[in-house]
Amino acid sequence: MGAIEANSLVKDFDNLRAVDGVTFEVKEGEVLGFLGPNGAGKTTTVRMITGVLKPDSGRAYIDGIDVTRDPIGAKEQIGIAPEEANCYIDLTARGNMQLAGELYGVPKKKIKEKSIKLLDEFGLLDRADSKVKGFSKGMRQRLILAMALVNDPPILFLDEPTAGLDVASQRLIKERIKDLNDQGKTIFLTTHNISEADKLCDRVAIINNGQIATIDSPEKLKSTIQSTQSALVSFSGNGLSQDKLKYLKDLETVEEIEKEGDKYRLYGLDPGEIVEEVVDFARSENLKIISLNTSGPSLEEVFTHLTTG
Amino acid sequence: MYRLPRLGKSLSIAKKDLKIYYGKGPVVIFGILLPFFFFFAFLVGRKMPPLSLIAGLSGMAIWFTSTSISPVVVPWETRTKTLERLVASPISVTEMLLGDIIGSITLATSISAVTIFAVAAILGLMPVNFLTLLLGIVLASFCFSAIGVLISALPTDTTSDIMMLSTLIKFPLIFVSGIFIPTSNLPGWGTMISRFSPLTYFVDLVRFSFSGSGSPWMDIGALFGFSLLFLFASDFFHRRTLLKRL
Ligand SMILES: Nc1ncnc2c1ncn2[C@@H]1O[C@H](COP(=O)(O)OP(=O)(O)OP(=O)(O)O)[C@@H](O)[C@H]1O
Ligand SMILES: [Mg+2]
Repeated sequence: MGAIEANSLVKDFDNLRAVDGVTFEVKEGEVLGFLGPNGAGKTTTVRMITGVLKPDSGRAYIDGIDVTRDPIGAKEQIGIAPEEANCYIDLTARGNMQLAGELYGVPKKKIKEKSIKLLDEFGLLDRADSKVKGFSKGMRQRLILAMALVNDPPILFLDEPTAGLDVASQRLIKERIKDLNDQGKTIFLTTHNISEADKLCDRVAIINNGQIATIDSPEKLKSTIQSTQSALVSFSGNGLSQDKLKYLKDLETVEEIEKEGDKYRLYGLDPGEIVEEVVDFARSENLKIISLNTSGPSLEEVFTHLTTG
Repeated sequence: MYRLPRLGKSLSIAKKDLKIYYGKGPVVIFGILLPFFFFFAFLVGRKMPPLSLIAGLSGMAIWFTSTSISPVVVPWETRTKTLERLVASPISVTEMLLGDIIGSITLATSISAVTIFAVAAILGLMPVNFLTLLLGIVLASFCFSAIGVLISALPTDTTSDIMMLSTLIKFPLIFVSGIFIPTSNLPGWGTMISRFSPLTYFVDLVRFSFSGSGSPWMDIGALFGFSLLFLFASDFFHRRTLLKRL
């Protein structure tokens, strides 16, 4: 049995089916990325699995514990950084950590030690005794993550932990997520940042209109859309003339050409062969190649492919 | 799976409430100033016997302090989005509400006890039955705090809505609870209503504590019963409305 299991979860709001039969399993020690457009049902799914919302039907299990039947037992196993929930702005960072620790039943002495360690790891130790009222968005987000870890949970739910943060904060949080996974924690990561999911996740689930469109490792997902491989090339000078462009377009291996700024993207099934042709072409026309690289389909393309049309 | 409420979790909630909410303006205004205002406006100078004065003041002091913050904690947490944090953590709804009630009791008993004993000293009164008085103060603040928490089951995040609703309940209740007019002097329907007001029993219990005449058991029993009733009602209604807030 997996660390997290969702079994045909359904949730209706008034006349809207927000989550429509979501089923998946996250193995112990795995990072699962949860991607989907706005309103796809990501947060609603997380809320049902974490025992905040009751599903209309279906079941969720945390470490084998049925969340509906024993919500407290299930909640003790997890740490949550919710999308919307806040910390207490009238308490200090340390006060927030202490409250979180007490609610999760962590012994007093342990809370003290853990608070210092976690606030330090998230770069907040020097502000530990300031009220959160004066914290920036990024500082609050880091505090929320630190609070989610105070009970040292084996399973973590992070709902858009890096949304709206600057590059440094994003990197800090990404590194922490990696460390936590290295320590063996199972992580359920909701995000809109596809390259983040690509780098951090063992598997990615894409949810659309309340249903799981696909769930697989990022590389496997990318290999499902073959046609969008391409080579990207830029030449010195002022771009290609129409007849040179036509020559490239008429090449057997090239299906389509798109201009991207000062570069040209040549689509085709075999980008390696395209590269060879482009090099031959440049040599015969006496053109200097400034840059040339190939790219397979990105996770973003998979996402767009599955969530539009 | 049923788990018994754990007092430790409720105490953590109570501590949080005291740190955050009880330093705010409404406590001072509704909890401390109002009873004094009422006391001087309606009671002093009406040639009331000191026993009636102390009973009336005690009733108002506990009633107002217990219901000052207890109705607004949950709406406040809804507004500031900290409620989801509590719902997501491994505590039950009962533990959370008990925590809010305990926070309210702590404030109400400490402020009211000081007020009551100070005024009693000024009036030259000594409680004949000290323990009954203390028990009465604790039971009454439990009961009234539970009423406050029950009011907050209305699924709103606007504290002024709740303030208005609680004012609509708070003020009329004073007039049928034997504070300004002894219940025996009320018209028949007034006596009827006063029986449904827990405040009536507390005021009567204070009279007993200072005079020693009559029996406290009916009052204690009624306060205890009302406390349980409002506690269960809070639990029942909050469970229904909590999810509408998230
Ligand atoms: N409490 C609620 N009451 C009514 N409708 C809701 C509620 N919560 C969510 N919904 C609706 O359910 C759908 C799914 O919402 P959800 O918050 O799960 O989306 P999401 O995938 O997390 O989106 P985002 O990327 O914007 O966070 C949306 O159409 C939303 O309007
Ligand atoms: Mg969301």
